[in-house]
Amino acid sequence: MSHLFFLYFAGVIVATSILVVALRNPVYSALSLLIMFFHVAGLYVTLHAEFLAAVQIIVYAGAILVLYLFVVMLLNVKRDERYHVQAPAAAFLGLVLLTEVVLLVSQRAYQTAPAGLPAADQAGNTETIGEVLYSTYLFPFEVASLILLVAMIGAIILAKKNIDEC
Amino acid sequence: MIPVSYYLVLSAIVFLTGLVGVLVRRNIIVILLSVELMLNATNINFVAFSHYFNNVAGQVFVFFTLTVAAAEVAVGLAIIIALYRSKSSINVDEFQLLKW
Repeated sequence: MSHLFFLYFAGVIVATSILVVALRNPVYSALSLLIMFFHVAGLYVTLHAEFLAAVQIIVYAGAILVLYLFVVMLLNVKRDERYHVQAPAAAFLGLVLLTEVVLLVSQRAYQTAPAGLPAADQAGNTETIGEVLYSTYLFPFEVASLILLVAMIGAIILAKKNIDEC
Repeated sequence: MIPVSYYLVLSAIVFLTGLVGVLVRRNIIVILLSVELMLNATNINFVAFSHYFNNVAGQVFVFFTLTVAAAEVAVGLAIIIALYRSKSSINVDEFQLLKW
């Protein structure tokens, strides 16, 4: 049963991520990325990361993708575009790396599932993440907020029409 | 129980799709979308390993990846808007300010 769920989610994730790259209209690319985000969230649920699944949908699908769609519609570029001239080289590189990864992972050393998982946490998923985030990773958490502040100021300054006007 | 290598293969495929997308596309918005694909592939890896080693630190790191992705999108889209104002195009081949 879990294999069935994994195969469904993995299949849809791979198909939509290929569509993101292959579709010519940026709006369609963004929408197939939306489907991919939802299925990645489903994969997180099967991995018992329910809180991350919710965050994935809220932040990625709700905030980041809407920002993309805003910019696509703001710029309103509907020109038919061809692929870049380096497409054959890129496809070759991708195929070589893919076969390499599949060969590496299919080695016997990686094949076995980890033996004897420790007992699952008694606390809920969200509670555990909160405890670790605000104790062990408190300093990186603060740095992350600083990164968001810098990004916010940078985006405002960069997208402003004329800085001298203000 | 699904072996962790399945998740590794899945995230490798998604990552390589993003990589090929960055190299193949000319539309700079789709290039940023492909970078999002690559970030999502790393997130799948983080969560899979966090589940298999029963260690919540992997899920915490997904939060930091999420932060970086949000910052990257905000700054990247602002740069795209600024470029579009000066060049009236979002084709990466026309952004050659550093080339002479």
